[in-house]
Amino acid sequence: MAVTTDPTEGAGAVTPPADEPRADAQRGRMGSEGTVLNVFSHGVLVLWALMVTLPLLWAVMSAFKTDREIFTSPWALPGSLNFDSWSRAWSQAHMGEYFLNSVVVVAGSLFGTMLLGSMAAYVLARFTFPGNRFIYFLFVGGMSFPVILALVPLFFVMKNMQLLDTYHGLILVYIAYSLPFTIFFLSGFFRTLPSSVAEAALIDGASHTRTFFQVMLPMAKPGLISVGIFNFLGQWNQYLLPTVLNVGDEDKKLLPQGLVALAVSQGYKGDWSGLFAGLVMAMLPVLAAYIVFQRQVQAGLTAGALK
Amino acid sequence: MQHGKYRFIAGFLILPLAIYGIFVISPFVQAVYYSFTDWTGLSPDFRVTGTENYRRLWNDDVFWTSVGHNVLLLLVLPLVTLGLGLFFAFMLNVGGRRRKNAAVAGVRGSGFYKIVYFFPQVLSIAIVALLFQFAYNPNSGALNSFLSAIGLDSVRPAWLGDPSLALWCVMAVMVWSNVGFYVVLFSAGMSSIPRDFYEAALLDGANRVQTFFRITLPLLWDTVQTGWVYMGIMALDSFAVVQIMTVGPGGPDYSTEVLSFYLYTKAFRDGQAGYATTLGVALLIVTLIFAGIVMKLGRRERLEY
Repeated sequence: MAVTTDPTEGAGAVTPPADEPRADAQRGRMGSEGTVLNVFSHGVLVLWALMVTLPLLWAVMSAFKTDREIFTSPWALPGSLNFDSWSRAWSQAHMGEYFLNSVVVVAGSLFGTMLLGSMAAYVLARFTFPGNRFIYFLFVGGMSFPVILALVPLFFVMKNMQLLDTYHGLILVYIAYSLPFTIFFLSGFFRTLPSSVAEAALIDGASHTRTFFQVMLPMAKPGLISVGIFNFLGQWNQYLLPTVLNVGDEDKKLLPQGLVALAVSQGYKGDWSGLFAGLVMAMLPVLAAYIVFQRQVQAGLTAGALK
Repeated sequence: MQHGKYRFIAGFLILPLAIYGIFVISPFVQAVYYSFTDWTGLSPDFRVTGTENYRRLWNDDVFWTSVGHNVLLLLVLPLVTLGLGLFFAFMLNVGGRRRKNAAVAGVRGSGFYKIVYFFPQVLSIAIVALLFQFAYNPNSGALNSFLSAIGLDSVRPAWLGDPSLALWCVMAVMVWSNVGFYVVLFSAGMSSIPRDFYEAALLDGANRVQTFFRITLPLLWDTVQTGWVYMGIMALDSFAVVQIMTVGPGGPDYSTEVLSFYLYTKAFRDGQAGYATTLGVALLIVTLIFAGIVMKLGRRERLEY
């Protein structure tokens, strides 16, 4: 397909140049086409919306059912709301603990990622020094390599440093694997900020460090929010790294990992309602947070691809 | 001042660089080295065996099966996901009833659709995989009971238990969870295309299909290409979905075995760390070939507007 820089020229090739009355006639035809299309487009859009929501609703529904109901009538509404499964999942199946563990790890890693990422991005974006480009590409290059390739040696690096099955070890690894995107995104952002403000601060006697924390970071807030949401979701939902690096005690697992462990153990016990309750428990907070902050979340997650 | 500046730079860079070096760079470099050894991962002793792992790889049927599956995923997933994403995004932005003085209009409630479509994207892939593992359950799953409900009792496939269906089931889940991301991404791109372009095309008598292929797609090409790379990397990984959803090692009869999961079983179940890193290097090569092809095929004249 030939692409021309002038789209009207490209579209002009579609039909021979039309004179006035013909253009009017076409507009009339297009009008009815618009109505048909409108019905069609609503149809497919609703269909996909159903395909997205039905599995989720099905899980919520099943969480309130008894095990018997789940097996005999998977699509029927629960006969009565059954909350036992929820308390079983929360206490006996450690879901409460998994949730807390995830909060601890992600709080640490998100703070570390944002702090270290913005520091490095700032220096790389706004200072010239020998090796700047090399370090930048060293970081950014990490985005294009699959994590799984490094997994085996990473496991033994952690083991040798006695970091295996510890939260601080996991936090360090999360930070390390979040740095490439964070630095890539934020250094682009820091580059667009005006330099006059930073210069004014320096002239007023602020140190470089102080200028960064008190002047530049507040100015970079929109970028920090975007990349923060991106990192939060990525780290909260991380499955591969804890599966390999956090295999110690049963109750030290993180949420996604613990959920899978729960699926295996409850599967043996046949406690399906407890399992669905656990699943919904893990699902709802994220969905609720997303619905509240949906604009920011969509912007944050797609920011990297739009740049 | 100069002295202060360098101290500041070093102070800000040292910690990120150290963490990155220890946990990212060094494992990557070691991976290449260990791929030439017979290291088990269980004991600290190993020998350098040269290219033996690579020769073993060449004759490993399971390896080639997984490469085949990865290539299939690589071809099908981006095509279907990006196709659906583009289609829905176009419907949302241009598919609406035409209003006065507007050449194109979005459908009513497009904001609502975008919110709903994005749901799977914020969920952990572990949650999604578990959810569908239950939905695919042949006895009590949502799918088969739905089939029974509409009178197709005789069909009821085994889904993940059926070697010829299992991989497609996995793919469907990955499409399901990723389409929303691309709808939002492409919508953002489409809304930045000037309305005059559509108006001009309309005056020239172009219909919607022509408008899509002649205006929307070319102007969106950069975003589509980025999306293609993202989705391709997703297809090359697909570890969580395969590990959680499929039964046994790599599904029935290795029907869902992919490189990432094969690597994981070799390293952490079979105690063949050296061979596992060889698989990792192979995966890296496939990734690089893929990226190269996308870059080469995708190169087009950049449009400024």
